[in-house]
Amino acid sequence: MATRLKEVDAVMVGMGWTGAIMAREFTKVGLNVVGLERGQDHIPGNDFMLPNLRDELRYAARLELMQDNSLDTITFRNAPDEFGLPIRRFGAFLPGEGVGGSGNHWGGLHWRFLPTDFRIRSVLTERYGASAIPDDMTIADWPVSYDELEPHYDRFDKLCGVSGKAGNLRGQVIEGGNVFEGPRSDEYPNKPLKSSAGGLLMSDAAKRLGYHPFPIPVSNSSAPYTNPEGVTLGGCQYCGFCNRTACEANAKASSVTTLMPVLRADPRFELRTRAFVSRLVYDKAGRRVTGVVYTDLRNGEEYEQPAGIVVLSAYVFGNTQFLLLAGIGEPYDRATGKGVVGKNYAYQFEAGAVAFFEDRELNSYMGAPGQLVCIDDFNGENFDHGGLGFFGGGYFAGGSGGSAPIYGRATPHGTPRWGSEWKQATVKWYNHFVRFNTQGSVYANRDNYLDLDPTYRDALGRPLIRLTYNATDNDHKMSRYLLEKLEGIIRAMNPTSYEMHPRPKNFSIVPYQSTHNTGGTMMGSDPKSSVVNRYLQTWDAHNLFIQGASVFPQQHGYNPTGTVGALCYWSAQAIINKYLKSPGPLVQA
Amino acid sequence: MAGDTIPRRGFLVGVGLAGTAAAAGVAASSPASAEVPAPNQSSATEGAAAPGNREPEPLLALNEAEHAFIVAAVDTIIPADDLSPSGSECGVATFIDRQLASAWGGGAKMYRSGPFLRGKPEQGYQLALTPREFFLAGIAATNDWTRKTYGKDFDRLPASERIAALTALEEGKADLGHVSARQFFNALLTITMEGFFADPIYGGNRNMASWKMLGFPGLPATYANVIDQYRDKPYTAAPQSIADFS
Repeated sequence: MATRLKEVDAVMVGMGWTGAIMAREFTKVGLNVVGLERGQDHIPGNDFMLPNLRDELRYAARLELMQDNSLDTITFRNAPDEFGLPIRRFGAFLPGEGVGGSGNHWGGLHWRFLPTDFRIRSVLTERYGASAIPDDMTIADWPVSYDELEPHYDRFDKLCGVSGKAGNLRGQVIEGGNVFEGPRSDEYPNKPLKSSAGGLLMSDAAKRLGYHPFPIPVSNSSAPYTNPEGVTLGGCQYCGFCNRTACEANAKASSVTTLMPVLRADPRFELRTRAFVSRLVYDKAGRRVTGVVYTDLRNGEEYEQPAGIVVLSAYVFGNTQFLLLAGIGEPYDRATGKGVVGKNYAYQFEAGAVAFFEDRELNSYMGAPGQLVCIDDFNGENFDHGGLGFFGGGYFAGGSGGSAPIYGRATPHGTPRWGSEWKQATVKWYNHFVRFNTQGSVYANRDNYLDLDPTYRDALGRPLIRLTYNATDNDHKMSRYLLEKLEGIIRAMNPTSYEMHPRPKNFSIVPYQSTHNTGGTMMGSDPKSSVVNRYLQTWDAHNLFIQGASVFPQQHGYNPTGTVGALCYWSAQAIINKYLKSPGPLVQA
Repeated sequence: MAGDTIPRRGFLVGVGLAGTAAAAGVAASSPASAEVPAPNQSSATEGAAAPGNREPEPLLALNEAEHAFIVAAVDTIIPADDLSPSGSECGVATFIDRQLASAWGGGAKMYRSGPFLRGKPEQGYQLALTPREFFLAGIAATNDWTRKTYGKDFDRLPASERIAALTALEEGKADLGHVSARQFFNALLTITMEGFFADPIYGGNRNMASWKMLGFPGLPATYANVIDQYRDKPYTAAPQSIADFS
């Protein structure tokens, strides 16, 4: 029997980016907030320090900051007629664990979606006709517009100290920035990072071809910066170790660097780590969640934490699992297409390339992985899809930084994988290659979804989430098109040799691809087609709000974190300005 | 098997460790002390022929026969040449032994509930075995196969047959019975590369041999002030390990 604790105003399930943002917004207006986190605490000044942070084996290979799969994982299969098997150690994607969540180890790429992305089904219908959208492509308009989110994008930019160059300032298009982006109300808080040698080569070639290169927006502060919360971030050291690890300079934004210092000092906030939430307590008749039940991993005791507002701020898989276990919302049924919980799971379809430059000295270990040059000419509806046979797109990025030696080596195709010849090639090319990536969208498909696994369970005895996902014909066509265009840029860079790396037909959970998992609790305009409304409030429990990329109706051609942060501020504003005054549904079904 | 030489080498190991410990205090206050190789020191001359080769270190996970297999394997994957000493001379066999004895080798952060089914390649590793158990099974199965094919354990084969044997594993042409040859080879290759390129604090990459070979400076890896200056220009710095700052 769970020990019932004293009710609080709000409880956060997961203390990554969105748990921290929401907690901060709530305590500012006087609410008492408890933040539950099943992992450990991370305090940058204690945990993320030199010299031990520069340890590629510990962080990049042994995945120090990632979720503990011995307690919890998901199962995976490519298609509904296959048997799902557990991911025994994460590979293709790497959700983080502990305070800060995946925000501790992200690469910092910080984007906004395009204005047209938010009404993608309508835009495609207007441009190409309703019949052009395949029946199995279950994409949907977002129930919120770019213009509505813009002030919240801006707030999140300023919290993080994003480094970049505006390409559209209040409608004025500025060369050198992303000329395709939606209008920004303000310039980026920090100047762009310095470009790598490889990035500049790409930039020159792209310009010659008539494209629009610009420095990628990244949450590595390019100079010391004090955010509106009064927290000071350091300047990026260009150390090259960002991915899969944290930042001793506090230049890379995460909730532990930008917000937790304020929350830790706030008497209205209480952080409880090693608190593994097992379920929501759902009062179906009352259409609300009365609290959450968690196991304290330090003593094995179960506690019930009642709360006026419950915020699901776990990862995509956890958010969906909580709803399915509690019976909140109708589970998606792939056979009938009815139901919404678990529907429209999407991912990022990344494909890359590498080019070798015999005569260039690229010092490939030098510089942040996020120190990239990119073009956005082939993203979303930035180009005409007429006659192409697919929808979607993505940005291209290239650069020569961040190549620590375990993972950051490249040799031309045909080089042996071991022996003296391998060694010679490895040494010859280590400082002489540029990597490229295409950040392809994944437009939702009726066969890609999440449900509860019938066989495997986690350490608390709960059924695991089962992921059914494969790359679609649309996404393969989209990706091949992007690679064709990228190849033109690479040729114009005049490399000694290069290789394009199209994705294999089937998605595999083995090689790392992207931690941009989205969907499962999609947002929308009505309860028949969505789990949460435009304020991220669940249709079936008015005090339950879901944060994070699980609310995305599909995934566009950009990293998701910028939009996750903007949606969180947007949701917090609605809760504070509307819900607290009159608790109940914020949108009438 | 190196049985009769072990007591002598064990003694040398002890001496070597004491020397390192004494020098560590100096290194901490002065990274440029004699323990830290000078920037232009050739990695090829040191190590490859160095009399101070400390292999083997005391074993934590492997027995002598398994260790001999790993030494032979890492020396075939990373042979001594002008660019670097051999894998075992760089400590890679020690690295692998320690990794297999670590929490990772014991299956930490790994989901190990059944049922255990083969699945398809896209579903990844599906065995109940921890990395340590998988490696020991792979070593035993490979030795069974080389005895059948060449009449000897893998570590007793001449270099040309070791290369042929590992190639057969890599291409999936060796029948290891219940162990997948490709899967074992890929695991062996991955952990060997980790040991060769990781920070030396884990026992491999001794003397930062691979970092010198690549021109990778290791730590402190702060390039904010030089990144503009060295764009498309070679940058050289004496590599430093975590231990140099600890």
